[in-house]
Amino acid sequence: MGLALLVLIWLITLASTYFFVAKTWWLPVGASSAAGWIDHQFALTFVIMGIVFVAAQLSLGYIVWKYRDRPSRAPVEYSHGNTTLEVVWTILTAVLFIGLNLMGSSVWASQRFDAAEAGAVQVEVTGMQFAWYFRYPGPDGKYGATSPKLMDPSAGGEAAVGLNPSDPAAKDDVVTGTMFLPVNRDVDVSLRAVDVIHSFFVPSLRFKQDTVPGLNIHMHFKPTAIGEYEIACAELCGLGHYKMHGMVHVVSQDDFDKWIAAREAEKQ
Amino acid sequence: MATPASVHAHAPQGFIRKYIFSLDHKVIGIQYFFLALTAVFVGMFLSLLMRIHLIWPAAVLPLVGEIKPETYLSLLTMHGTIMVFFVLTTAPQGGFGNYFLPIQIGAPDMAFPVLNMLSFWTTFVGFVVIIAAFFVTGGAPLHGWTGYTPLSALPSAGPGEQLGADLWIASIAIFCIASLMGALNFITTTLDLRAKGMTMMRMPLTVWSWFITAILGLLAFGVLLSAGILLLMDRNLGTSFYVPLVVVNGQIMGHKGGSPLLWQHLFWFFGHPEVYIAILPGMGVASQVLSTFSRKPIFGYRAMVYAMLSIGFFGFMVWGHHMFMSGMSPYSAFAFSILTMCIGVPSAIKTFNWLGTMYKGRIRFHTPMLYAIGFVSLFVSGGLSGPFLAQPVLDIQLHDTYFVVGHFHLIMGVAAIFGIFAATYYWFPKMFGRMMNEPMGKLHFFLTLAGTYAIFMPMHYLGMAGQTRRYSQFTEVAYQQKLLPLQTFMTYAAIITIAAQFIFVINLFWSMFKGPKASDNPWESTTLEWTTATPPPHDNFGGVTPVVHHGPYEYGVPGAPRDYVMQTDPATSTTH
Amino acid sequence: MATYTPSSPIDHIGHGHKPPMPPAGGGDDGRSGGDAPNYGARLRRARLGLICGIATVCMVFISLTSAYIVRKGLPTFDGASNSYVRDWGRVDLPWLLLAINTAILLVSSITMEFARRKAAREAALAPVKSIPGVSLGNERSFPWLGITVLLGISFLAGQWLAWGELHARGFFVDTNPSSSFAFLLTIAHAIHLGGGMIALIWAASASLLRKPVESRRIVVDITAWYWHFMAVLWIYVFALLGFAK
Repeated sequence: MGLALLVLIWLITLASTYFFVAKTWWLPVGASSAAGWIDHQFALTFVIMGIVFVAAQLSLGYIVWKYRDRPSRAPVEYSHGNTTLEVVWTILTAVLFIGLNLMGSSVWASQRFDAAEAGAVQVEVTGMQFAWYFRYPGPDGKYGATSPKLMDPSAGGEAAVGLNPSDPAAKDDVVTGTMFLPVNRDVDVSLRAVDVIHSFFVPSLRFKQDTVPGLNIHMHFKPTAIGEYEIACAELCGLGHYKMHGMVHVVSQDDFDKWIAAREAEKQ
Repeated sequence: MATPASVHAHAPQGFIRKYIFSLDHKVIGIQYFFLALTAVFVGMFLSLLMRIHLIWPAAVLPLVGEIKPETYLSLLTMHGTIMVFFVLTTAPQGGFGNYFLPIQIGAPDMAFPVLNMLSFWTTFVGFVVIIAAFFVTGGAPLHGWTGYTPLSALPSAGPGEQLGADLWIASIAIFCIASLMGALNFITTTLDLRAKGMTMMRMPLTVWSWFITAILGLLAFGVLLSAGILLLMDRNLGTSFYVPLVVVNGQIMGHKGGSPLLWQHLFWFFGHPEVYIAILPGMGVASQVLSTFSRKPIFGYRAMVYAMLSIGFFGFMVWGHHMFMSGMSPYSAFAFSILTMCIGVPSAIKTFNWLGTMYKGRIRFHTPMLYAIGFVSLFVSGGLSGPFLAQPVLDIQLHDTYFVVGHFHLIMGVAAIFGIFAATYYWFPKMFGRMMNEPMGKLHFFLTLAGTYAIFMPMHYLGMAGQTRRYSQFTEVAYQQKLLPLQTFMTYAAIITIAAQFIFVINLFWSMFKGPKASDNPWESTTLEWTTATPPPHDNFGGVTPVVHHGPYEYGVPGAPRDYVMQTDPATSTTH
Repeated sequence: MATYTPSSPIDHIGHGHKPPMPPAGGGDDGRSGGDAPNYGARLRRARLGLICGIATVCMVFISLTSAYIVRKGLPTFDGASNSYVRDWGRVDLPWLLLAINTAILLVSSITMEFARRKAAREAALAPVKSIPGVSLGNERSFPWLGITVLLGISFLAGQWLAWGELHARGFFVDTNPSSSFAFLLTIAHAIHLGGGMIALIWAASASLLRKPVESRRIVVDITAWYWHFMAVLWIYVFALLGFAK
């Protein structure tokens, strides 16, 4: 029985570890400036926790087999513990866990405590049941006013976000269902939601932020590779949560300028 | 107010007083146990439907018919709510805690037997109310067991969000009240009814776990009750605690100025202690069983007590780690993150101590021990994904993915359940006077351990690859379609594992009536429940009050006539 | 490491699985042989249970307070002005009426305390009174408990009037967040006080139902402490509504 336990525990441990190490299913390739730091912290955590996982499970399996009851076994070592050991492994664990966390915090700080770089592209992301809309403020750099009374999701685009056409700042706002971004430029994103909480999640860009009704959340990120990246809504928002899907197209600055100009032209 | 002794001076007569509205904590414990058993089968059935739908979205199933996306979300919501409340907060604490806390401290009953009876029947009413949510117009709610607002506050935000959602809130409120009554009873009993010689530091670790769990419950459930009342008011009385001005499907809702984050703060202030409520009793049982079946004292009894106390204490300070992505201040996130890493330390200490208990022991592989060993393995696996999620910068990638689902299922959905299995196999002889079948128990264990790992370990891979949670199907997002083979594997594993649970049920019921008769102490265990008859008499100790002279885990004491010293054995010059 | 040395030549430990019988004579905590625990122990137990109950009610009101603070302070984003706005609103509470209610509740706490001490004295003297031929003089006493019940009912009636007055002034539970909380906090308090009223009425009627005087004393004692807690809680709610308007 002890042997059966050892075999099962070791098998489970080694099989799981294999798939982790082989990266059979893994993080998508990072395409943003934050990805390097985040992936590094992930790898560090992964290696440390992996070592602890393997060590703990293999020891468990071994101990359970080695100390099985047999007539030839020596009497048990009657002991209520070892205070020195307790202190040592408590301190080691604390140093390890807290140290790991502090290392990750500098990455978090640079991501979240600082504002976007000057000259960042401004985009407003609006989540609603069950679609994403993206609004660019246009040449005037100001977002036009929106009003709940003007919101009409069935009409799509500007009507969906409730853009107020009589506001002068709204005249050059471009609203699309697909997000275009220029590569290697910081994006200053304003996240909003119209009805319930959604979450703007682009795995390849290592970006996730809940969009909350009543809040306008500013975040920034910088895409570093041209490509098309999927957006998956990451907060349960109703029956269409599974199909609240979108696309981010990261293109060259030129292509982005052309695209924006084309959208502005369509508005005339 | 009835007192324990006057209750036990005359054992009740009549079927109703003896089995329905019994004031005997042993009967009430068994009532809780069977309520949880019913709930777990309902919850498992819901999860089976979920797993089948994910792989075969268009399937039309017998009895249930077609599962629409909103139905999937209702199944998910009810699965979570029923499992967390009516299984994990009911069986370990209300079931085994009720039965064995008084006996293990040498008391004839709980401090307040009438309150105990009321707390069970209130829990029962709560269960009836939540099941009723399936059958009302609109059906069960679809907002997840976490019930984030505004989705849960707006009847028009989705099917199931009308009367079903109100019933869901009502059921949880009723459950809160029942738990608060129970917590009050457990705390008073532990502090006030210990037998002579049963000092706090001689209490079995199971008693410590029920005691600390009760304190957590006492302080946390009141907050959930408030949160639920505010939600009912937003839904039915037109207030705006949680809902700002929103537009659903082009219709402006009549709310203004509320804060969705307020719900999250209140819910998780309860929700985090709740998950410790779910796991602490399992830790207590693991310690008890590992010590008994290794024939060795628990390694570091004091450290185990302090570790559980720290887990309980820190458990109230880490709720924000569920909200890193919520729009909460990033500075708060940093604070919550550090505190969350701190809570990993006592958990690690307990794991080292469990290993230390078995080290150089003489391990006997009866079924309870297998489950305790499984508990340790699962606690390690489930616990080590915690430090990933505790770092906000990694949580960016992993929040609301299957990585989280794998994490909490390994800890709550498997480790805590293994704690319940260990307790069942261990205490069944004392409760029912018969032994459970060992070969069936072992088969059940191996199938369940392998099966649950097969279901939940792959979830970590899925999460890293970006598989978001609470999706009713994976057909819309291209990179998720590639992950379907792994999902299929998990579904097959789930079908086999759920089928294996019937081995347990058959074993349980067969053994209750036809199992071989058990002696008073079949496991040669040291704690007080094993000093009394099997099953225990009405007042637990047959009119004699136990006097305790030893600590709870005196196994392998050198020079003793046998390899265990019971807590009530005569005093010696041992250092306890 | 300790060694095991039996303290007597007679080994009380059974063999195999037979459990040892605990030494005869039990302990000396007043609970040997399955007798009723003494009433001092029962009182202590009941008070301990009450402390747990009070802790829980405190948590309910602490969470309501934190909801109050958060709701009052957090602004929401307004797309029309592209800025954050607050919407707390104001509520005109009937302060005079509430002040009178507060006074009634405080007086009821005083009468409740007299009732509690009287019950304690009666329980203490009960063994003496049972000696045949012993009389403690005039047995009639002031109905403190009954008066507390009346004052409690007056308080609840006064709250009912206050809610009616708020409606008359145009403030309903859904008028604005300030009025929502005013109703929520006062109604939550009244519900908890109502629970205390039920206990109070039971305590008052226990004397008529001829329950043993010790049990009566315990019920009155617990109800009294809960009642005092309700008064303190009311002061808190009153102050919160007053200062944070």
